[in-house]
Amino acid sequence: MPLLEIKVNGRDHQLVVDATASLLTVLREHLHITGPKVGCETGDCGACSVLVDGKLRRACLTNALSVQGADVVTVEGVGGSGRLHPIQKAFYENHASQCGFCTPGMIMASKALLDENPNPTEMEIKEALAGNLCRCTGYINIIRAVKDAAEKMAHGGGDR
Amino acid sequence: MTLKNVGKSKPRYNGLGHVTGEARYVDDIFVPGTLAVKALRSPVHKGIIRKLDISKAEKLPGVYGVITAADVPCNTYGYLTLDQAVLADKAVRFMGEPIAAVAADTVEIANEALDLIGLDIEQQTPVFDPLEAMKPDAPKVRPEGNVLMVGNRPYRLVYNGDIEKGFAQADEIVENEFFFPSQEHAPMETQVSLAVPENNSRLTIYTVTQGMYFLLKQLQRILGQGDDVSHRWSERMQYSFRGHLGFCDIKYVGGNVGGAFGGKTELHADGIAALLALKTGRPCKWRWTREEEMLYSARHSPWRMTFKDGVTKDGRIVARKVFSVHDAGAYTGLSSYVVDKHAFYVAGPYYLPNVEVKCSVVYTNRVPTGAIRGFGVTPGTYACEIQMNMIAERLGMDPWELRFINAMRNGDQLATRTKLESVYLLETMKKLAEVVNHPLDEKYAALTSDPREA
Repeated sequence: MPLLEIKVNGRDHQLVVDATASLLTVLREHLHITGPKVGCETGDCGACSVLVDGKLRRACLTNALSVQGADVVTVEGVGGSGRLHPIQKAFYENHASQCGFCTPGMIMASKALLDENPNPTEMEIKEALAGNLCRCTGYINIIRAVKDAAEKMAHGGGDR
Repeated sequence: MTLKNVGKSKPRYNGLGHVTGEARYVDDIFVPGTLAVKALRSPVHKGIIRKLDISKAEKLPGVYGVITAADVPCNTYGYLTLDQAVLADKAVRFMGEPIAAVAADTVEIANEALDLIGLDIEQQTPVFDPLEAMKPDAPKVRPEGNVLMVGNRPYRLVYNGDIEKGFAQADEIVENEFFFPSQEHAPMETQVSLAVPENNSRLTIYTVTQGMYFLLKQLQRILGQGDDVSHRWSERMQYSFRGHLGFCDIKYVGGNVGGAFGGKTELHADGIAALLALKTGRPCKWRWTREEEMLYSARHSPWRMTFKDGVTKDGRIVARKVFSVHDAGAYTGLSSYVVDKHAFYVAGPYYLPNVEVKCSVVYTNRVPTGAIRGFGVTPGTYACEIQMNMIAERLGMDPWELRFINAMRNGDQLATRTKLESVYLLETMKKLAEVVNHPLDEKYAALTSDPREA
């Protein structure tokens, strides 16, 4: 079986993986990084969203070997309890999660947006999150959280 | 009294886990040696299993166990009516009903094993429309008939007053039919179960369910403590991992649920995962695909509701007759509870001196229905409130005024003859009118929930 060299959340890994394994399978089942969720496995729900070399990707539709040598960031790499990223802090403070299952994907999509566009309009936020489904919140608080994060980041918010 | 939390915004208690990815859902739990579970589901809506041959599937390398109805210690379960099989025995009543299940090293091997199962089903004529199913010559979904009996009646009956006398007092009769379609909950997390055999014949089951104690009872039944299975200690020791588990032998672990909306109150995955764990002695995880979740998990029942109301020219509802049909799908599930609740609430929060509600549970060859957002109250409210607007339209009256005239007050009785003692409907509607700037006639603005004069 082929060898995959990949950096995940700043740590280098060498893994023997199945040629057909998705990036999601490698993250969850090989590395037990469970922030990216299995929601549909067809690229429709966005719960598995991660950053691959800074770009937003669906881990379920990404063949792991196709991103050989890549730098992958999951929600765990964005920040943790006590060292929250401003986006995570904004989601927490704005009640942007209910069941929480879509939240890691939402945060990755928000990070991809704010990394490129630190001051998005409401329509730009909606467009950036259009590939991420949430069945609980109705999206209002999620959009509010992204706006709040953008404002806080302009003034250095978050735990760090 | 000082309030500590009321009126203040508090952070979500598990919100930190959500935003950091630290919150663990069932699928995020990894136990070494866990096998993947897949189920063979019925390819037909209705039929009789003529042949079920698992011998080839069992021999496939990587397969640890295949179970059929013969492996289930007690193969009948249900919330209120014990009518559903964990794995279909002879009769298949809806497309997607589980017939056999496989535990294998990987999902791919499990799927390959399913293809090796020899299944011969004699197809029968299904019925999908509940109104068709109620006809005497309709194909039978179940041998005992297509309509659930409530006592000796084929419907739930709730009435108060004298309905015919009420209609005789009416100036106008307003009759309408309403349809409320089926709906899937579509939670972001599909059904997942992880069953882990522990020492001393115990079993740990990680579940996504919303109703742990409801399902624990059902699990205990199917794993061998059902009313029709005699439980003896010696027998349990002898069978070891072959069933006969007591209440104390199941450690049922809930926790983070990735959305449910009622769709995780049924025994979807836990029973089969548990049985395979007992059969193989290995941890077994069954995660439904999105397709399975959309097609085969319990869904919102479609409802058909007819309202016949007798109203006077001045806007009083003097008689209300409701007939509702609830499509249960192939099995009862929570339907008998759902129709009760529907029957109690469908007539609305209005003073109805003469009211009659009849509500039937009808079986069809569709996926069984379950709980979703209000147990039958939502469709009832939808129909009732549109009916109120249609009455107002017929009478040429402001729909707000019609509701003010008929609103429940203290001392009024519900259709169930419950006398109400703490009603604030008029006050709520007045506040609402203020919020949306709806002008109210002084006559209505002066009304309160004080008991009406006799």
